[in-house]
Amino acid sequence: MTKELMKGNIAIAEAAIRAGLQAYFGYPITPQTELLEWMSARMPELGRAFVQSESELGAINMVYGAACTGKRVMTSSSSPGVSLMMEGLSYIAGTEVPMVLVDVMRGGPGLGNIAPSQSDYNQIVHGGGHGDYHTICLAPSSVQESIDLTVLAFDLAEKYRAISVVLTDGSLGQMMEPGELPPMQPLKTKFSDWAVSGTEGRERRFLSSIYIDPPAEEVINLRLLRRWQQIQASEVRYKDYYLDDADFAVVGFGSVGRIALSAVRTARAEGIKVGLLRPVTVSPFPTQQISELATRVKGILVTEMNSGQMLDDVNLAVAGKVPVEFFARLGGVVPFPDEILAEIRRMATSDLKLEGHPRDRWLARMAA
Amino acid sequence: MQTEIVISGFGGQGVLFAGQLLSYAAMDRGKNVTWIPSYGPEMRGGTANCTVVVSDEEIGSPLARNPEAVVVMNLPSLDKYEPLVKPGGVLVINQSMVDRKAKRNDIRVVYIKGNDIAEELGNKRLTNMVMIGGLLANHPFLTLEDMEKALKEHLPAKHQKLLEVNYQALRRGAEYKA
Repeated sequence: MTKELMKGNIAIAEAAIRAGLQAYFGYPITPQTELLEWMSARMPELGRAFVQSESELGAINMVYGAACTGKRVMTSSSSPGVSLMMEGLSYIAGTEVPMVLVDVMRGGPGLGNIAPSQSDYNQIVHGGGHGDYHTICLAPSSVQESIDLTVLAFDLAEKYRAISVVLTDGSLGQMMEPGELPPMQPLKTKFSDWAVSGTEGRERRFLSSIYIDPPAEEVINLRLLRRWQQIQASEVRYKDYYLDDADFAVVGFGSVGRIALSAVRTARAEGIKVGLLRPVTVSPFPTQQISELATRVKGILVTEMNSGQMLDDVNLAVAGKVPVEFFARLGGVVPFPDEILAEIRRMATSDLKLEGHPRDRWLARMAA
Repeated sequence: MQTEIVISGFGGQGVLFAGQLLSYAAMDRGKNVTWIPSYGPEMRGGTANCTVVVSDEEIGSPLARNPEAVVVMNLPSLDKYEPLVKPGGVLVINQSMVDRKAKRNDIRVVYIKGNDIAEELGNKRLTNMVMIGGLLANHPFLTLEDMEKALKEHLPAKHQKLLEVNYQALRRGAEYKA
């Protein structure tokens, strides 16, 4: 296969198609619209289902219905649209049917703006919909990873009867980069033993998220939790750069992860022994890896395009073993590498302390 | 080795497509490349710009605060980007649309009457290729031949008849050295 120059949004759409996507339901929203637009042309051309719904609520509930047939289904949106889908996502989680959601994050809260942001981290990683459930959340930082993780999202959703989210942002969606697409997979023809597909010749199957009897609901909750333990044990993915001899580490995901890489390289050239850990799965989170990292570095800098939503998970992993610092830009502002570089230099030259909260220190610096 | 280029102008001047062609040429040379547009509630006649990063290694940030080379197609772009060019870098100015000289003396400045040359060649939509010719003559991270190959392979079929005149536009622009 040869590389093609593609926008992230389109790379995700075509990767999903090649992963055997059978039905797409969605509603347009910037900065995600190219994804839906690509689907609107390609899916009918291939004889597969494409529906532009009347709203995001329509889209997620169409996904819910289609997912019950065991076919490969997905939707995509951007932050405010994803908020509207939360009820449906909870129902899908409760019914234990697989689906893929792509969230191309933009500035918020509220209508916000259409610039890149990472402020849906909590909404996706720590729920958003009601009830006890977890999503598998994959955070690409390049067009190639957008392709690879979209394919993986379908496989993991199916394997664990779970919701897989590809969590990307406006800059990755709009950016063009060379990428290599996988070959076209044949569509699924065999479906799981829970899938509803017409009862002719067999016992009736029933899919629901309603368990009126609390002990019965508790059984489901425990099953979801045990499955999540299994996902945590098997599916953590991350990428590390220059960490072998590092005195300091930066942790950042998605587009900020790659911006931090530029800063880390410049800092290395200046003689600062710093490395980067970029979570590829933000859920399950690389807790153990960060916990281990905390035993061999002098300080950790967390950088995000939100107010420290992942910082909370890093803090839990570090557990006070080593000082943590924080740097962020909010509201759709994308940091330049020199801003993160300045934070690395500060971390490498100042007396770091364990007491106090890194978010408070960062906020005080922002006001200054 | 890494280089960052910004191309900026009005929407409709071919700013984004010129950046894409550079990206195709870089990709075809086996380099890593990113292309990222300014995007927002934009409209025709509004400002548009894109950043292209070309590198031999994995690219970190697709945006650069101080790009090595900037092509400005109009006055607002000159005002915005002149202060941001990396010292020692290149600023290529479309003199047909800009009525002032650059103020900095720590960068190399190239003045090209892009629109006038394009009109001489019979099509003012060639302005972007004239300017790219000027960029590559002064910041040769790719050759004109790389660009010609990219044009041949990525110009939409209906525009393939314009290949030769696009080549001419590149070469006319490349006559201008800082």
